[in-house]
Amino acid sequence: MHAPRLGSHRQVLSQGMRDGFPIGLGYLAVSFSLGITARNAGITPIQGFLMSLLCNASAGEYVGITLIAASASFIEVALATIVTNLRYILMSCAMSQRMDPKLPLHHRILVGYDINDEVFGITIARPGNLDPWYSYGAFATSVPFWATGTALGIVAGNLLPLRLVSAFSVALYGMFLAVIIPPARKDKVVLLLVLMGFAASFVGSLIPFFSQIAEGTRTIILTIVISALAAFIFPRKQEEEVAAE
Amino acid sequence: MKNYLYILVMGIVTITIRILPLTLIRKQVKNRFLQSFLYYVPYVTLAVMTFPAIIHATQSKISGIVALVVGTIAAWLGFDLFKVAVSCCGIVLILELFLV
Repeated sequence: MHAPRLGSHRQVLSQGMRDGFPIGLGYLAVSFSLGITARNAGITPIQGFLMSLLCNASAGEYVGITLIAASASFIEVALATIVTNLRYILMSCAMSQRMDPKLPLHHRILVGYDINDEVFGITIARPGNLDPWYSYGAFATSVPFWATGTALGIVAGNLLPLRLVSAFSVALYGMFLAVIIPPARKDKVVLLLVLMGFAASFVGSLIPFFSQIAEGTRTIILTIVISALAAFIFPRKQEEEVAAE
Repeated sequence: MKNYLYILVMGIVTITIRILPLTLIRKQVKNRFLQSFLYYVPYVTLAVMTFPAIIHATQSKISGIVALVVGTIAAWLGFDLFKVAVSCCGIVLILELFLV
């Protein structure tokens, strides 16, 4: 709305690159751990690189990998990918509210390519209408690390001592915790849901029949049931939605 | 070869999910149930995937549990994504020097 556009692309691009770089470093550690999981599922370094380049989604890729390991059907993989990445629909909706209505379609498509928790966080934190060049800068310094880290994890997971593999394998879960715990601290409903998620998943892995279902499918079922119940019992206020993001 | 098809499915679905709302929806999602559901999904799904999987990821169950506790505390205290991930790795590395 009030952001000057002409001649400032280069400057905005370099701001995006600067802010994306620390995200890229974090990605390297986490995607390495994802690569170790991928290696155990029989995925090659090139396949891992390609997967991370296309998806750039830790949880989505993780579930996809567990389903690939279980030789699941393509429909199952597609459904699991939709469910685990549902939050990107919400983020994409939120970002659509902050775009210049006149922004051409090709910019919307390119910005949409890599909406994820971290990039969404730094993008939405900027004032005024979203500048696609900021997103491009952030992509340039973060996505390559994510893809390279995945491939490295698949390659070096073989060479590393078991001790280090074991340590690296929790990086992914550490990242999940970093996403869910801060909002849980602020919002009691989210805290309750996190605890319920832990408990339900634990019980689900123990009880007969249900524990026989593939891990990824169990994740989908539990997520939909718990989230739907929560949306029914604790509907959110409209304004809260935007403020919380 | 089949892996490439899996990856193609994942890639197409993921990118479509991200691009569609941004290109099609110009107004805020109005349905309160849907809005709340979409808001809660990421937290529930990540929680479900974290536990008990974290205790099976490590060589020793104890180090996995401690990593969960340490990561939760670090995130609660407001450490960023990278630091939380590193503290989980660090504690597992240290503990397993004694446990394994």
